Amino acid sequence: MRIQLQVALTHLTGRRRQTLVSLTGVVLGVAFFLAVSSLMRGSEQDFIKRLVDNSPHITVSDEVRRPRTQPAERRGIDGAVKIRNLKPQTETRGIRGYREKLALIEAAPGLRVAPVLVGSAVLTFAGREEGVTLSGIVPKTMKTVSTIQDKMIAGSLDALDVNPNGIVIGTGLAEKFNLGLGRNLTVVAASGASRAMKVVGLFRTGNASVDETQTFTLLKRAQVLFERPNRVNRFLIQLDDAYAARAVAHRIEDATGDKSVSWVEASEDILSVLVVRNIIMYSVVAAILVVASFGIYNTLSTIVLEKTHDIAILKSMGFHARDVRLIFLFEGVIIGLIGSLFGLAMGAGLMHVLSLVQIKPPGVSEKVFLPIWWGAQQFALATAFAMTSCILAAWLPARRAGRVHPVEILRGAA
Amino acid sequence: MSAVLRAENLVRILPGEVPVTLVNDISLAIERGEFICIMGPSGSGKSSLLYLLGLLDVPTSGQVWLDGEETSRYGEDDLANRRLEKLGFVFQFHFLLAEFTVIDNVTLPIRRLGRLNASAARARGLELLDRLGVVEQSAKYPHQLSGGQRQRVAIARALANDPLILLADEPTGNLDSASGGTVRQILKDLAHEMGKTVVAVTHDASFAAAADRRIGIVDGKIDADWRPG
Ligand SMILES: Nc1ncnc2c1ncn2[C@@H]1O[C@H](COP(=O)(O)OP(=O)(O)OP(=O)(O)O)[C@@H](O)[C@H]1O
Ligand SMILES: [Mg+2]
Repeated sequence: MRIQLQVALTHLTGRRRQTLVSLTGVVLGVAFFLAVSSLMRGSEQDFIKRLVDNSPHITVSDEVRRPRTQPAERRGIDGAVKIRNLKPQTETRGIRGYREKLALIEAAPGLRVAPVLVGSAVLTFAGREEGVTLSGIVPKTMKTVSTIQDKMIAGSLDALDVNPNGIVIGTGLAEKFNLGLGRNLTVVAASGASRAMKVVGLFRTGNASVDETQTFTLLKRAQVLFERPNRVNRFLIQLDDAYAARAVAHRIEDATGDKSVSWVEASEDILSVLVVRNIIMYSVVAAILVVASFGIYNTLSTIVLEKTHDIAILKSMGFHARDVRLIFLFEGVIIGLIGSLFGLAMGAGLMHVLSLVQIKPPGVSEKVFLPIWWGAQQFALATAFAMTSCILAAWLPARRAGRVHPVEILRGAA
Repeated sequence: MSAVLRAENLVRILPGEVPVTLVNDISLAIERGEFICIMGPSGSGKSSLLYLLGLLDVPTSGQVWLDGEETSRYGEDDLANRRLEKLGFVFQFHFLLAEFTVIDNVTLPIRRLGRLNASAARARGLELLDRLGVVEQSAKYPHQLSGGQRQRVAIARALANDPLILLADEPTGNLDSASGGTVRQILKDLAHEMGKTVVAVTHDASFAAAADRRIGIVDGKIDADWRPG
């Protein structure tokens, strides 16, 4: 064993009680750090998972971020003559050339895409009217990008293929109309076109606004109803790697020119709130370790004071200032390592206990377990924080010890 | 014959509002294997001179040659290396590390130097303790030893890296006359039988009588006429 390490161990075992107190500080700090951060990060991931699962990873829509340049502007007569009250060219809304673009997007690996035509419609049944969002879908592709199929409680999306006049609605709407599977209702589009449709499926997502306002029919039927043949105005895209959404969305937008919004962009405000929440959380748990490091600082400072004579002797013997500093840094590292080790074990224990706790959040019918994230990153981070604060706490006493001048001590003792 | 330790016009002034001159222009040369005593009234600067000769302190002016090397250009770490390899110190109070056993105290400098492995260092430590007659105490802690035993352990530690020179500041000052006599004999044998150079500060006349040469210090200067009493 290195002699500096042995001296360090001797110092620590020589003041067992104070060492234990410092150690306890680190153990509690690390354990608390782990328990709190794993809970916070767990709930964050739980939240993001819901966010990611319940919405398309990328939505390509027929909007453009920059307005299309008008033919008159393209003539380049902006300088000398100013044209006012330019009337924009009327265009059929929708994604232009959607089949080619769809093929283009589909060709990319690791993603599934579904074309959708979304519009507004009014449903009427037994004298009641409800405004809804009607999405024209292709059931085969829709099932690959949406969880709606899993939320069906009666009928299915596939029933739309069998019955081109079918419509799938949410349970919220069904309750309002007080109707069930197999009943007919009338769909009126904004253009005035109307058609009788049969309810072939019912879904319940648990989200009231979705269950009351979202309805689905066959894409072809929607195109006829909205009088936009061969058009769609959305691509819904689901990725194997949800976190690649931002990059993929950029690529798609570059390739197609259509606005592609990733879930990251769509939820930017929520995500930035999560970042702030993490910063606050890590500051608080790190503060606990900082407090623990004061205990270490105190212990090591006391040892330096107490051992001034020993330090003078070591230096008179030929120990360098560096060797003496190393002794006290070792003491910080030893406390940090042992403290982290026990802290990680205790933290894992706390995490296990927390993961057994069930809570019933408001608005949810079933009890859920507290979400705990067991990621290794958490353990590494807690250890890194603990070691850093221990070494920093040891640094000042170590420097002071390194500066002890043997002659000054010998003169004082003589 | 070349001196193993030589001082040239050594001056050590403690800076301050009222600067204190501890050592005032001392020159001397000590040969290999000599047993030298430094004597003088209390406060005359004997310890201060010893610290300068032992490279523990740096002179305000003047030079120290150790084993033919002029040391004034050395930095703190270079001086520490010379102390580790070529010098050994014994102080009035034993200055053993209280939390280390006798053998661990003795092997400290050996292990810092790092030329011997752990078992060889231990063997060397036990050999030294045996030579000084305290090998039975090797597993004890310093507080379990008598004053004379402690001082012998301190000498063993000073000899650990087989130094050229042993510097002792009142090594018998804290001992009864019997133990003092033993320590004196040990230092004398080290010089005359082992070829070590021994420089000891003492107030003890019988100790001084055993030395090859006595150097009197008064007011930070060498005073050839000074006699104890
Ligand atoms: N820190 C200091 N500040 C001021 N004066 C000091 C300091 N240390 C030592 N001195 C003075 O320096 C002089 C030399 O001290 P030194 O310890 O070298 O004497 P000494 O000969 O070893 O004395 P003793 O026989 O009592 O051990 C003394 O007069 C002492 O008072
Ligand atoms: Mg003295």
